Amino acid sequence: MTSVTYHDVQFLEPAKTRNYLNVDYGALSWLLTKDHKRIGILYMVSISAMFILGGFFAMMMRLELLTPEGDLLTSDTYNKFFTLHGIIMIFFFLIPSIPAVLGNFILPIQLGAKDLAFPRINLLSWYLYMIGAFTGLLVVIIGGVDTGWTFYTPFSTQYSNTHVIGTTFGAFIVGFSSILTGLNFIVTIHRMRAPGLTWYRLPLFVWAMYATSLVQLLATPILAITLVMLMIERFIHVGIFDPALGGDPLLFQHMFWFYSHPAVYIMILPAMGVASEVVAAFTRKKIFGYTFVAYSSLAIAFLGFLVWAHHMFVAGISVYSAMIFSFLSYFVAVPSAIKVFNWTATLYKGSVSWQTPMLYILGFIGLFTMGGVTGLFLAALGLDVHVTDTYFVVAHFHYIMVGGAVMGYFAGLHYWWPKITGRMYPEWWARLGALLVFVGFNLTFFPQFILGYLGMPRRYHAYAPEFQVLNVMSTAGASILAVGYMLPLVYLLWSLRFGRKAGTNPWGAVGLEWTTSSPPPKDNFHETPVVTWEAYDYPAMLKAMGETQNV
Amino acid sequence: MMLTDFPLFPEQASTVAKQTDALFIMLTIVCGAVSVLIFTMIFVLAIMYRRRPDNELAQEEEAPKILEATWIVVPFIFFMATFVWGSWLYFRLARVPDNALDIYATGKQWMWKFQHPTGQREIDELHVPVNRPIRITMASEDVIHSLFFPSFRVKADVLPSRYRIMWFQATKVGRFHIFCTEYCGTLHSGMIGWVDVMQPTDYQKWLAGGSEGSLASQGQALFQKYACNTCHTEDATGRGPVLLGLYGSTVTLANNATVVADENYIRESILSPQAKIVKGFGPIMPTFQGQVNEDDLLKLLAYVRSLAGPRTTTPPKEPKS
Repeated sequence: MTSVTYHDVQFLEPAKTRNYLNVDYGALSWLLTKDHKRIGILYMVSISAMFILGGFFAMMMRLELLTPEGDLLTSDTYNKFFTLHGIIMIFFFLIPSIPAVLGNFILPIQLGAKDLAFPRINLLSWYLYMIGAFTGLLVVIIGGVDTGWTFYTPFSTQYSNTHVIGTTFGAFIVGFSSILTGLNFIVTIHRMRAPGLTWYRLPLFVWAMYATSLVQLLATPILAITLVMLMIERFIHVGIFDPALGGDPLLFQHMFWFYSHPAVYIMILPAMGVASEVVAAFTRKKIFGYTFVAYSSLAIAFLGFLVWAHHMFVAGISVYSAMIFSFLSYFVAVPSAIKVFNWTATLYKGSVSWQTPMLYILGFIGLFTMGGVTGLFLAALGLDVHVTDTYFVVAHFHYIMVGGAVMGYFAGLHYWWPKITGRMYPEWWARLGALLVFVGFNLTFFPQFILGYLGMPRRYHAYAPEFQVLNVMSTAGASILAVGYMLPLVYLLWSLRFGRKAGTNPWGAVGLEWTTSSPPPKDNFHETPVVTWEAYDYPAMLKAMGETQNV
Repeated sequence: MMLTDFPLFPEQASTVAKQTDALFIMLTIVCGAVSVLIFTMIFVLAIMYRRRPDNELAQEEEAPKILEATWIVVPFIFFMATFVWGSWLYFRLARVPDNALDIYATGKQWMWKFQHPTGQREIDELHVPVNRPIRITMASEDVIHSLFFPSFRVKADVLPSRYRIMWFQATKVGRFHIFCTEYCGTLHSGMIGWVDVMQPTDYQKWLAGGSEGSLASQGQALFQKYACNTCHTEDATGRGPVLLGLYGSTVTLANNATVVADENYIRESILSPQAKIVKGFGPIMPTFQGQVNEDDLLKLLAYVRSLAGPRTTTPPKEPKS
């Protein structure tokens, strides 16, 4: 009875029953689905398209920056490309990425629920996303927008001749998709946990999604209000932000960052959740300091609301308010540091497997650390005066957003791919992809720290010749990164047909999602699970598995 | 193109640069060490405890709990030290030395205009003497710009709504970059220029190269052109407040509030005169919004400043937002 080993767990036969993929067929069965798993797939397809589009703009920018002169693109085109890159990657890829794809798919299963609390609202949120995305695409087709993703006034309201209203309308709509997803998750986590699944037995991914959802629900309405005010000023010239009309341009920055700083945590918290899952699964160990990691997510969500003006240290705020925002910014660094140290400590005496999801997460921990510590430079007031609005900032937030959030998304995608599709991805190709992403990423963005300290401003179409060598390195890195990102696109699609069939629990991991078949049945479980073990309790799981085997 | 000769560290050409760099180097060393430590820990632990047939299941032995407290308290102390250092530097950047030379700057899409107190004007080029604090009072004519001197480690956003003030003291003779660092439209990356730091004698020679009279005297001419002098007389008989000695003084308003007459007060009193009425005067002044451009406003400001007599105290620092 106690002789069950991981090999037994890993090679359990896939259930021969119908699953959510083959339960019915046809376009309408997808477009009108209320199944959280299918909606997750709809999101996956949509955001992948947006990721490719946003990546295309990034690649064109890096090619332009190969030489100091502005020779490949015109200034206006370059300005539109960095604007579209930012808007697409933030609003249409990163914010929905982990929550709307992996969260949608996995969260209800991790809770032992049949679906989210509001399946119709879940479908509505995807349609809102698509309306926003098509509005964005329409803007790209009819000429683009050149305000930067930050839409600073009065440039965006009075001076830009591009499609500002269309773009802000798209961002406004997609914001509601984000709000509804957050709402749905909060209610689901409160109301639909399986019997026995108490708060302290929840997987850390659920804690992270809970914190993220709070931020989505509370911060996104501020963005909506801000964008509406911007549209009103641009459209009918009511003076809100433009001093020529009696407004205050700094008011816009305060309101914009009141959403957009917490939005950083909407992007990174879910990746932290994935990191906790993957570290536990690939060390087969309870996360060190579970409660610290869980509460640090909530602490980050809360403190994230109190630091917005650290984007404005040279913008013209008073010396004393700058001091307060700098002080609070250092507080938000503490829970992030707690997480990094706890993940690292979990490796100690673990059973560490070097499979692809773990490779991504080990990379994530390192890169997130570098992104985090460079945030300490930017939070130091006097030093920020020199480095803000230079490439130092660009490098810093790409270490968080790409090194952190995107690596987390790819880790989660590989980790749950067997559950989602019922197939294994090819391990060696995936490892190669992870390696290329790590190397390419560092080569792209590390030189940008140096460029920034040298003084190269961001959003520059042409630059001083002495900055060229570092820019060439960065562009070379971006090419490697592009290959690293294209590989999964190929081998994941390949695996749908040719991948090895995944059993119920290919990683030998704990968590309710690994107790149901891959792909899961339409209602997730054949019978409602009852949870009697703590999160990541490997010995208990092995014992339970042993009992099922012997039945 | 010299691909083999490229800088990795910016030139230090101001009094502040060394202090900014000191903080930067401290952070680089400490944060670099922490990053290396974490990378090493990950690598070593992941190899040491890699999955083998004899450790398919992790040992449930945990690392000691005291670690948790350590990695909360130690980083926090370091964060607070960094906070204090950074704030100290920021305060230094906000406090303009007393004997500063006044330069006036206007940002507009896509050029920098500089005016010297003696009346010289230049575009995308700024001549300043070495080893003397330079105080720049600046505003934008259109969108938000940001004036950045990388070799001096200072920058400040330039707003269309009010004056911003920045200062630096160059320590090296030479030519250094000026960049605009707030995205401002099509030719943002072309909104660049050079600051020429000169020996004081060379600067005097350069100043001698002709102008239309000092900035204050040009402001005085505008003062008459706009007929400001009909109400703002030199004695207390006019319908408006006397401007002699006004700059830097404390003014009592009609609602008994007091306000320090700094750059932004003067700017506001010209563009929105009804916003703050001086006690004892009627709200009779018309607005000059849209009639006086930023360059002329700066000249008027220079004139009002000159009426204060020789500057003895530092005027108020960064205005509240």
